[in-house]
Amino acid sequence: MSDLGSVGLGRRGFLAGGAALGAGALLVGCTSNDAGSAPSQAAAPAGDNAKPGKTVTIGFSGPASDHGWIAAIGKNAQTRAKAYSDVKFEPVEATNDVTKQISSVETLIDKKVDALVILPFDGKALTAVGKKAMDAGIPVVNLDRIFDTQQAYRTWIGGDNYGMGQSAGNYIGQRLKDAGISNPTIAEVAGIDNLQLTQDRSRGFKEALAKFGFSVKARQAAQFTVESGQQVMSNILQAQPKLDAVWNHDDDQGVGVLAAINQAGRKEFFMVGGAGSANAMRLIKDDNSVLKCTVTYSPTMASSAISLARLIAQGKGMSDLVEKEVPSYIILASATVTKDNVDQYLPLGFES
Amino acid sequence: MSERTADLPSTVDAQQPAERTPSWLAGRLAALRSLSLVAVLGILTIVGVITTDGRFLTTGNVLNILTSASIIGVVTVGMTFVIIGGGIDLSVGALVALASVWATTLQTQSYGAGIMVLCALLVGMGAGLVNGLLIAYGRLVPFIVTLAMLVAARGLAQSLSDRKTQLVTVDSINNIATTKWLGVPLLVYIFAAVVVAGWIVLNRTTFGRRTVAVGGNAEAARLAGIDIRRHTALLYVLSGLCCGIAAVMIMARTTTGSSTHGDQYELDAIAAVIIGGTLLMGGRGTLVGSILGVLVFTTITNLFVLNNLPTEVQNIAKGLIIIAAVLLQRRGSDTGT
Repeated sequence: MSDLGSVGLGRRGFLAGGAALGAGALLVGCTSNDAGSAPSQAAAPAGDNAKPGKTVTIGFSGPASDHGWIAAIGKNAQTRAKAYSDVKFEPVEATNDVTKQISSVETLIDKKVDALVILPFDGKALTAVGKKAMDAGIPVVNLDRIFDTQQAYRTWIGGDNYGMGQSAGNYIGQRLKDAGISNPTIAEVAGIDNLQLTQDRSRGFKEALAKFGFSVKARQAAQFTVESGQQVMSNILQAQPKLDAVWNHDDDQGVGVLAAINQAGRKEFFMVGGAGSANAMRLIKDDNSVLKCTVTYSPTMASSAISLARLIAQGKGMSDLVEKEVPSYIILASATVTKDNVDQYLPLGFES
Repeated sequence: MSERTADLPSTVDAQQPAERTPSWLAGRLAALRSLSLVAVLGILTIVGVITTDGRFLTTGNVLNILTSASIIGVVTVGMTFVIIGGGIDLSVGALVALASVWATTLQTQSYGAGIMVLCALLVGMGAGLVNGLLIAYGRLVPFIVTLAMLVAARGLAQSLSDRKTQLVTVDSINNIATTKWLGVPLLVYIFAAVVVAGWIVLNRTTFGRRTVAVGGNAEAARLAGIDIRRHTALLYVLSGLCCGIAAVMIMARTTTGSSTHGDQYELDAIAAVIIGGTLLMGGRGTLVGSILGVLVFTTITNLFVLNNLPTEVQNIAKGLIIIAAVLLQRRGSDTGT
């Protein structure tokens, strides 16, 4: 998987010119604007983009943090913006109320910011206001949860939920196949079920497992919170006296899932996490719990979104590419983090 | 609401003359309400036995249900007191979150388990005291005060924790969730202890009788010489204390403190109290009913997971159960009076 660039992208360490992590085949790897992280052939132009240009104001609106991932999104955006001397960062109050988010984005439009970065609580509900901003001539970088129409954003950047499910499914499928287990009991602890992202993850997981001839025996949705993870998992453990593998969509609720597993004293199976929190990676590294792997969905994408918004507002392209404009659609890839490569990813994990 | 007029007088012994429902009948009515919930639990059990292939009625699963019910159960005990006393406490979930966060900051954890527990209890009681003072002495509406506390306490929890999940590294706290005596988890003992203590206080002490009196007819209670303001304030402190205990339990169970803990506990607790047969207006209620209410909800969740059914169906079922239980109770009380 050539996804290291995407994960590494927002990392401050890269500003210091850290080692290039992977092949960096993804477009996104190039937005880092730092000489050190760019693929070899384009090192010089990348340096140009990092130089201070016209000062631009970037407005930012995201959901209220109900778990570590969202919290990391807000912090990464802020940290990244501060790293640029030519960016004025204007965040609005985070909220999980779509009408409030709409009005706060409208405030930013009225203020005539140079670019907007929006992670909508609900992409569909925020589409109209995204379009309003675009119509007012303010380029919108739509982060992760996508708007309904392309008219509502200049560039979309987000993670690959389907791919995340695939990564998890492939890892579990391969590992069970290698162990010679023919009819395994696989459980899935999903996130909030009515979000498109949860459905995409589950679909990816199901389809990857199907390649191995496996299917999910028990699936329950939690709420992305530690408490809900604990509750759901303790019930699943009760329902399934013997498990072979578990995929939990989110490492933050995973703390609760692991607590339930430890309290039940179960260890006959292995577990795969999701998102890539620092805590999960430390557990994988220590290798003394059921958690053996996590598939990333890194909140560093918020850092990248700020970088993209800056470039767009300054009228620059991604200097590693030939085109003079920032691409309009960027999907980050999901990495499979195991004990073997965890050291590479640990610095990118978010504190849940 | 129609039955309320009939119930009011029964709450204050000093006001007996207008009494229509003798106390033995009131007692039987309460029992009837609890009975309807026992019937619901019975139906759920039958459904469980039929649909789950023998996995429902195992010791492990029953203990699992009790453990799941333990935390919200403790919160519900406090809520029952507040509602019987004529109030409402919407801040319980937020107080659980705040107490869990405050008790798991690195600073607090460095002092060890004893201080963490003390911290959780004090934070819960302190916030409850603020609620109580504003309601009793500030003469503000409980709904508004505790709604404000809900928002403020969660906000404070978020800012204290920096919106991060705080891992509990003190083993003796985490061990609370894994310790078992005679095969029964410690959490269930704590739950039982709180319920028994609550039952005794409500049914066998002056404090309990005053709670019923204040909730039934505050003016009458005042004339009977009860310091209703002091008593009201104490009810919210009691609810806060229950939140503090619940916070310690949730810290153990999830091995974390987090501003997301206790999400919608206020709704779960109020729903359990109401289907348990406590009058939302105050002045009448049963702790046993509330606990049965909690068990009904927890059992539904358990049943759905055992059958691998999706969450949305669970929520529909819970809504239907609330309506059904309330209708059943109304029938029961109508025929009774």
